Amino acid sequence: MSDAALRLSGIACARGGRLLFRGVDLALNAGESALLRGPNGIGKSSLMRICAGLLSPVAGTIERRGRIALADERLALDMEEPLRAALGFWARLDGADAAALDQALDAMALGSLADIPVRMLSTGQRKRASLARVIAGGAPLWLLDEPGNGLDDASLKLLGKAVAAHVADGGIVVAASHQPLPMTAPVTVELANYVAEDGA
Amino acid sequence: MRLVLLLAARDLRQAWQSAGLWLPVAFLLLVASLYPFAVGPDAALLRRSGGGMLWIAALLASLLPVDRLVAPDRDAGVLDQIVLRDIGEELVILARLIAHWLGFGPALMIAALPAAALLKLDSATIGMLELGLLIGTPALAALGLLVASLTAGLRSSGALAGLLALPLAVPLLIFGAGTLGDGSGAALKFLGAASLLLVAITPFAGGAAIRAGRE
Repeated sequence: MSDAALRLSGIACARGGRLLFRGVDLALNAGESALLRGPNGIGKSSLMRICAGLLSPVAGTIERRGRIALADERLALDMEEPLRAALGFWARLDGADAAALDQALDAMALGSLADIPVRMLSTGQRKRASLARVIAGGAPLWLLDEPGNGLDDASLKLLGKAVAAHVADGGIVVAASHQPLPMTAPVTVELANYVAEDGA
Repeated sequence: MRLVLLLAARDLRQAWQSAGLWLPVAFLLLVASLYPFAVGPDAALLRRSGGGMLWIAALLASLLPVDRLVAPDRDAGVLDQIVLRDIGEELVILARLIAHWLGFGPALMIAALPAAALLKLDSATIGMLELGLLIGTPALAALGLLVASLTAGLRSSGALAGLLALPLAVPLLIFGAGTLGDGSGAALKFLGAASLLLVAITPFAGGAAIRAGRE
């Protein structure tokens, strides 16, 4: 995992004909993490999708080394399947084995819910499930969009532990949130500082 | 290859769980049982027109599952998650095409047997109909998937899908129904060519449509 890297330079993003932000620079090497902060609608999720390569920036370049795992607001798990089977599909795509999946379930305290259909899970449990997919996948680059949404205090601690373990292991974490997250010493990006002035 | 199988297996399981697989079959049988009520019990007329009628029914049946082929997975973020793993949209659509045909083609071919009996088709026509469906259903599946990719994310996509698909399906209908009264086998070859073309372009056109529709 040690050669993973994420570099953004001069990224600008426009949605619906409106420039959201511009000039965002970020350089992360193995074992570093970043926290994107800003109020609703400032473009945190768009920047995450740009980092993931799902959205093209209107300006700027992006350089990625290493596989990506994204946890956003969309669960992307099959609702009728038991949790373990639904996550198992993604684990197989990621080339992860059953042991890695079990560890990820335990890391998010989902072991007891493994046989419950996904549609029966609560908001916080679903969030934990999407985080478990990120953990199980073994990708060095984690992109977490509002990972703390719907999580209780105990689950937030689990999230903090998982992020710390990943960073200590040489991974990279980029988290976007409007609320405080249990991350130690991340590079903080205040998106409000990059908002384009009117007419610019 | 392993990826395609993995994706196709998941798509097939999803289709099975959503119980959408029975819809085209039920539709075909329903049309076949209603048709004699509409044109009367004249066996000769039924025999002459029944095969073409079944081709129309098969074509319309292929449009029924269009709204669940791409849009739900797009909205749930499944397509984005797959693409994140460096799997191209073309591969996703190819896997989906395989799964869609497996859930749709053989079932339709089996349903065509009792439907043909209801329309008093003779055994030679039934044989030709089944052969034509074997060649034509991959194209029907491809066409459904193609318009599903094009219309995913649009409102009232079902109606639009019908308008998009039906003109493209005309060659299939002409050559498919043409096989029934044609002894030379030329219609069958044209059906094969039309089918091959649709199956070949669908992964690329559908993949491009999904990429362009991402926001």
